[in-house]
Amino acid sequence: MKYSSQAVAKPYFIAAIALFVGQIVFGLIMGLQYVIGDFLFPYLPFNIARLVHTNLLIVWILFGFMGAAYYLIPEEAERELYSPKLAIALFWAFLVTGVLTILGYLFISYAKLAEVTGNQFWPTMGREFLEQPLITKMGIVIVVLGFIFNLLMTVLQGRKTAINTVFLTGFIGLAALFLFAFYNPHNLVLDKFYWWWVVHLWVEGTWELILGAMFAFVTLKLTGVDRDVVEKWLYLIVGTALMSGIIGIGHHYFWIGPPAYWQWWGSLFSAFEPIPFFLMILFAFYMVNHRRHQHPNQVATLWLLGTAVMSFLGAGVWGFLQTLAPVNYYTHGTQVTAAHGHLSFYGAYAMIVLTMISYAMPKLQGREANSNKAQVTEMWSFWLMTVSMVFITLFLTAAGIVQVYLQRATDTPLPYMTVQDKIAVFYWMREGAALIFTIGVVVYLISFFVDKKERVTT
Amino acid sequence: MAEIVTKSMAKGLYYGGSLFFILVFLGLTFHTISLAIPTRDHRDQLNPAVVAGKLVWEKYDCIGCHTLIGEGAYFAPELGNVYKRRGGEFVKAWIQGQPTHVTGRRQMPQLNLTEEELNDLVEFLKWSSEVNTENWPPNVEG
Repeated sequence: MKYSSQAVAKPYFIAAIALFVGQIVFGLIMGLQYVIGDFLFPYLPFNIARLVHTNLLIVWILFGFMGAAYYLIPEEAERELYSPKLAIALFWAFLVTGVLTILGYLFISYAKLAEVTGNQFWPTMGREFLEQPLITKMGIVIVVLGFIFNLLMTVLQGRKTAINTVFLTGFIGLAALFLFAFYNPHNLVLDKFYWWWVVHLWVEGTWELILGAMFAFVTLKLTGVDRDVVEKWLYLIVGTALMSGIIGIGHHYFWIGPPAYWQWWGSLFSAFEPIPFFLMILFAFYMVNHRRHQHPNQVATLWLLGTAVMSFLGAGVWGFLQTLAPVNYYTHGTQVTAAHGHLSFYGAYAMIVLTMISYAMPKLQGREANSNKAQVTEMWSFWLMTVSMVFITLFLTAAGIVQVYLQRATDTPLPYMTVQDKIAVFYWMREGAALIFTIGVVVYLISFFVDKKERVTT
Repeated sequence: MAEIVTKSMAKGLYYGGSLFFILVFLGLTFHTISLAIPTRDHRDQLNPAVVAGKLVWEKYDCIGCHTLIGEGAYFAPELGNVYKRRGGEFVKAWIQGQPTHVTGRRQMPQLNLTEEELNDLVEFLKWSSEVNTENWPPNVEG
C-alpha cells in the first residue's frame, strides 16, 4: 500500500463480501422454490427472494467497484485520496441505505413499502432490478455523486492515466444512466425502451469500462509489464466494448415494441460483443506469459486469468448463443436467459471484484501476498465456485432448451407450468451445483482466517 | 501483433469509435421514439384505466415472478399475452383465488386487490397484449 488513504478500500471490500454471502443464501432459497414451489410460502414469496438476490448482487458489485476505486485511483494518481473522511461517510450511508432497504423488502409487504415510501407520487418501483423505493434510489445517487466528486478531485490534482480516466468515465456514465431509473413513462413500450438504458448500458457499456480498468490495473501490478502496453490493450478492450455494446442494445428491442430494423442492428452489433472479452483473454495470457517478475500473489493471478476466461464464456459465448434475432425469438425470456445471466455476472463482475480483493486485501494488511496455505485455500474456493457456476449454467441451459422445445418451437405447445414440471430434474441438478457453489463461498470465507502471515515482505 | 497497433491508435479507436456509435445510436433512438413507436404502440388507447393498471402491476411487483413480453422473472407464466390466452374474467378470478395451497406447487400470494384494481390491471394487460411485438411470442402459451 503506497498511500495511507487507500485503506478506506477495506471496509468496502468487507461489505461486498458480506452482501455476496447474503446473495448466495437467497439464491439457494429461490433455487429450492423452483422445485418445491411452496417452500417458505407465504413468509418469503419468490418475488421477494428474487429481488433481494438481484439487488444484493448489484449492491455488492458496486461496493466492490468503489473499494477498487479507492485502492487504485490514489495509486494511479500518485497522491492521497482527496477526502478519506467523505469516503468513510459515504460507506456508512450506502451500507445503511442498502441494509434498511433489504429489511424493508423482507419485513413489510412490497405494496406496503411502495405506499409508505410515497411511490404513488412518483412511481419508479416494481420494475425489474429497479425495485428500490424512490428514497433508496435518491440515496444511491447521492452516494455515487459524492464518490465521483472525491475521485475526480483526486485525479484532477494528480497523474492522469488511461486506467484512472477510463475507470472514472465508466462511473460517470453509470451515474448519468441511472437517472433513467427515475423516468417511468405510463406507456409500457417507452418504459421498457428507457429501462434498458439503465440495465443494458450499465452491464454491456459503462460497467465494462470499470471492469477493463480494474483488469488492466491488476495485470499491470501482477506482471510488471510496460504500462504503455497495458494501456494500449485497455483502450482496445473498452473501445471494442463500446463500439459493439452501445448499438448492441438492439438485441433487447426485438420484441418489445420498437420497429423491426432493430433485429438487424441488434443481431449485427451484438455479434461483435464477444470481441472485447476475447481480447481480454489474449491480453491476460500474453501479459502473464511475458511477466517481468514472479509476483508472490499467485491466487490473484488465478482470479485474473479466470475472469478473462469466464467472462468470455458467460458474457461472450452464452450471450452470443441467444443474441441473433431468429434464435432469440424462441429463447427470449426463458431459462436460457437465466443461464447467460448467471455465468456473465459471475464471470465478469463477481470475478473481477474478487480478483481485485484478492490482489488488494493482502496489501491493505501490509503484505505483498498471503501465506501459501491461505492462497491454496482461496484457490480451492476459486475452483469450487467457478466450476459449480459452469454447471449451474449448463443445467439452466438444458432446462431452457427443453422449455423452448416443449413450449415454443413445436406444433403442439404445452402450457408454461406443464413444461416447468417436465424440466424439474434440471432445476434439481442446478440446486445441487448451487450447494457446491455455497461450499466454495464458505471455503472463500475460511481463506481469510487461515494463518496468512508466514510470508512478510512489505 | 503487439506492434501493429500503437497506443495512440487504440486511444483514437476508443474515443472516436465510441463517440461515432453514440451518435448513430442517438439517431436511431430519435427515429424509433418519434417516428416508429407511435405507429406501433396504439397509444391512442392508453386510457386512465391502463395507466392505473400499470401502477397496480408495479405496486405488487408482478415482474418478480412473471415475464411481461418476455422480460422479468421466469418463475411464473408470461403475462404479455395472458389476456388473449385466458381472457379478462379468468385473470380476475385467478388472482382472487390465490393461493391454491396445493402442496409443493408454486404459490402466488393473495394480494387483496379491490375490484377497481382488478379491472385496471386487466385493462393494462389487454393494452399490453395489443402492442406490435413482431409476432412474439411464437404461440399463445407464451
